[in-house]
Amino acid sequence: MKKIALASVLALGVAAQAMAVELTVYTAVEAEDLARYAAAFNEDYPDITINWVRDSTGVITAKLLAERDNPQADVIWGLAATSLLLMKGEGMLEAYAPVGVEELDPKFVDSSNPPYWTGMDAWVAAICYNTVEGEANNVPAPTSWQDLTDPVYAGQIIMPNPNSSGTGFLDVSSWLQIFGEDGGWEYMDGLHKNITRYTHSGSAPCKLAAAGETTIGISFAFRGAKSKAAGAPIEIIVPSEGVGWDMEATAIVAGTSQLEAAQTLVNWTVTRKANELYNQGYAVVAYPGVAQPVEYFPEGLVDAMIDNDFEFAANNRARILEEWASRYDGKSDPK
Amino acid sequence: MGAQMGPKIKPKLGRDDWAQRSFMLVIGLYLVIALALPLYAMLSKAFSTYYFDLSQYEVQVSDGAGVFGPVQNIATLNNQSSPPIFDDLATNTNGRLGLTKLFPDFSFRSPVNYRFRAVSEGAIYLVGSERNAGPDWIELDSNTFRRVVIRPASERGLSNFTTYFSTPALVQSVENSLVIAVITTVITVSLAFWFAYALARSKMRFKGVFRMVAMMPILVPSLLPGIALLYLFSPRQGMLKELMFGYDINGPIGIVIGSVFFTFPHAMIIISTALSISDARLFEASESLKASRWKTFWTVTIPGARYGIFSAAFVVFNLVITDFGLPKVIGGNFNVLAVDIFKQVIGQQNFEMGAVVSMVLLVPALMAFGIDRRMQKKQVALLTARSVVYEPKPNPVVDWFFFAYATLVAVFIAGIIAVCQYAALIRQWPYNLSLSLKNYDFSRMDGGGWASYTNSLLLAIFTAIIGTIVVFLGAYMVEKTKGFERGRALFQGLAMLPMAIPGMVLGIAYIFFFNNPDNPLNFIYGTMIILVVSTVTHFYTVSHLTAVTALKQMDGEFESVSQSLKQPFYKLFWRVTVPVSLPAILNISIYLFVNAMTTVSAVVFLYSTDTALASVAVLNMNDAGDIAPAAAMGMMIFYTNAGARILHSLLSKGILARSNAWRKGA
Repeated sequence: MKKIALASVLALGVAAQAMAVELTVYTAVEAEDLARYAAAFNEDYPDITINWVRDSTGVITAKLLAERDNPQADVIWGLAATSLLLMKGEGMLEAYAPVGVEELDPKFVDSSNPPYWTGMDAWVAAICYNTVEGEANNVPAPTSWQDLTDPVYAGQIIMPNPNSSGTGFLDVSSWLQIFGEDGGWEYMDGLHKNITRYTHSGSAPCKLAAAGETTIGISFAFRGAKSKAAGAPIEIIVPSEGVGWDMEATAIVAGTSQLEAAQTLVNWTVTRKANELYNQGYAVVAYPGVAQPVEYFPEGLVDAMIDNDFEFAANNRARILEEWASRYDGKSDPK
Repeated sequence: MGAQMGPKIKPKLGRDDWAQRSFMLVIGLYLVIALALPLYAMLSKAFSTYYFDLSQYEVQVSDGAGVFGPVQNIATLNNQSSPPIFDDLATNTNGRLGLTKLFPDFSFRSPVNYRFRAVSEGAIYLVGSERNAGPDWIELDSNTFRRVVIRPASERGLSNFTTYFSTPALVQSVENSLVIAVITTVITVSLAFWFAYALARSKMRFKGVFRMVAMMPILVPSLLPGIALLYLFSPRQGMLKELMFGYDINGPIGIVIGSVFFTFPHAMIIISTALSISDARLFEASESLKASRWKTFWTVTIPGARYGIFSAAFVVFNLVITDFGLPKVIGGNFNVLAVDIFKQVIGQQNFEMGAVVSMVLLVPALMAFGIDRRMQKKQVALLTARSVVYEPKPNPVVDWFFFAYATLVAVFIAGIIAVCQYAALIRQWPYNLSLSLKNYDFSRMDGGGWASYTNSLLLAIFTAIIGTIVVFLGAYMVEKTKGFERGRALFQGLAMLPMAIPGMVLGIAYIFFFNNPDNPLNFIYGTMIILVVSTVTHFYTVSHLTAVTALKQMDGEFESVSQSLKQPFYKLFWRVTVPVSLPAILNISIYLFVNAMTTVSAVVFLYSTDTALASVAVLNMNDAGDIAPAAAMGMMIFYTNAGARILHSLLSKGILARSNAWRKGA
């Protein structure tokens, strides 16, 4: 015991001497963006080193919750707002108004004052439609969510399972908001008849559409644009009723020992410069007037974004998932 | 000296005995800390239940003029009507309950105001997403009161199990998992038996090649066959989709084929061992009694190998039922237990239900384990030290038949690997089939880039070195310590347990146990150490069994002689036991190395910034839709493991030639 204590004291001493400040930052941002984000931040603040811990939204959320009593992260930069709302309800976030937060579109900022999290960019649902497969199977391109319940789409659609994917939940909660609670379930009953299968990952349906494994994948626009850029014969369709969305957001983890550095980082994440970075991959960002059109992103995406009630989604999540599972999960073989 | 003093009734414990016992205790303690305590921390979650404790909240309602009525307890309000408005108050850790239903004429437009509070400090409620607690009244208008939800209180109990068994989607998985595991076990064991039989009992050609190909699946992560099967058989674009005759590879079919692939070598090794120790004298006896080949097969071969077959069945069953990589990639809508854990923990952050599913998963695994143990006990008595090695005689018809059979199996295995390599080189399947190396540019993908490959290599090396030392010492102490029966039995039990534990359960258990600030070992969390510890523990059982088997082959006379020469046990250990057991030691280290390279399930929860791993990168890239790069990284793991194996066999040959020269009577 003594030895361990001594060793850790030594280690701490060495660590404090050797480096300025290190922040452990948890994120679900795509790997290829992370290096860019850190490099741009370090141009302004070379003394703060970012140690990324990156994984899918689900794993990072589960990890944060499992570490609740002894948080390892200082900052969360790039995790679904839905997850951050969950953590806010658990008292795991530090309320902090970043300098310049008033510049952001208010719909990207937590409603509490001071806010517990601030949004970065929106992550918008969309339909990926494979034109080659559409022609081969004689399936027209849909224009609305309602279209997808038409029998012509039977066996042509793949969507993510909301019980394992955040994108799946985003779709379900948006349908419940667009069509109303009862109408939403009725809609999903109809849709379910046409679904080939539910995947565990939110990007998989679009990727499967891109690979011609399905005609239609319900996924998100960002993934669709990437596949299209890679040369896949897909169209990204924005359904006429409007689309659900979530945002990637930033927060300080309550109990961090590096509060000052964490605040410095979070201040930076709301700047115009940071938002310009987010805009390289995402068409919709928190800072008004920054967004340039992103190649391969569909037109009219911003206008189609529904007035998403994140609170509704967070506070009814457990109930919605249970209902969904009892209706559609556990059907062993869709054949 | 002992002999002169006559028989002792109770031998006095010498210095060596104490040393050996304390060594055993140290390694036993390792197993307790790295296995038993974390599992306890995890599984005890299964009994944490959540319910809405309505009696903890109070409300006052005003009339339109702003005059507040009496204080009403929410529980009383709920029970006013019969049945109560909320009659099922059980929920999970994420449960949130809105209260407006309790007020029949509630309208968010009405001018009515509400005062709300929790009775005690511990009762939590949210206004919107803001967390509140405690007995201070807050006043809210109707539209804000609509946003009040209460959070559940926790207690200990069995209600999670009640929920589990009353949820059809979850219970269905028990059946699904069992069906998949049983079917796979039957297929794999039959295939592996005839393959092993061909190797041991025929004179077919190219045995070395076949043996090598059969071992390939061990060298890749279990989700790699899933990726290959999708390229081959997926319903629309699969290269050989016609062979599926309209069935979907996504689902039970895919899981079974992939599982047969990745469990085949495990079954093959075990059955090969069983066949190779059969006694040639029995065959001679059978022949001289003029028994037919068929009769000999059923009366000599099968009885001799049956324990090996049971053992193989047990290992395959457990591997399949605890694997989650493959069903996640190719399972479609077919739910199995291991994926349910994933959905509960990762998809819904419901650790409690994840723990319940884990416990359910432990039942068949532990049962299989119990049966196997019973079988193993009987087997020991069957073996004798005087067995003669069987030499097969040539028989063209049989040999060619087996050659054809082995070729089929080998083509299946090598084909899957080849498809993965092809997938890794294609630009954009199926629309652009030109070849490129861009999928090897891991820095642009999720999963940590090339650094993750280096980390995996380090993890594999550390695991191989440290694991081998820990496992072999533990096995030595438990085999050679005299007396102390209870301690040894307990140690054996602990050493067997990891086989039955799904890696994911172990991984989450480690978070709960090692990330507890009160745990003095907290400092290993997030480091390479915890990855090494979890991997050594996860693969402890097979390594331990290998070591024990090798040590059992050593004659107990060595100890007696050494003792009578008054040599301390460590000298004997170092000069005799280790050199003689070197082949086994090398086998353990290559086994640990290979598995450390491919394992995903436990480490996916434990890696951190500096310790991202290649196997996890395969999983993450596949999830993100970068299937070709996932295959590319998977193949990097394959080549590394293949290299390690080749090195291992060269080393083994060299060492056997040198240190085992005495076996040839030199």
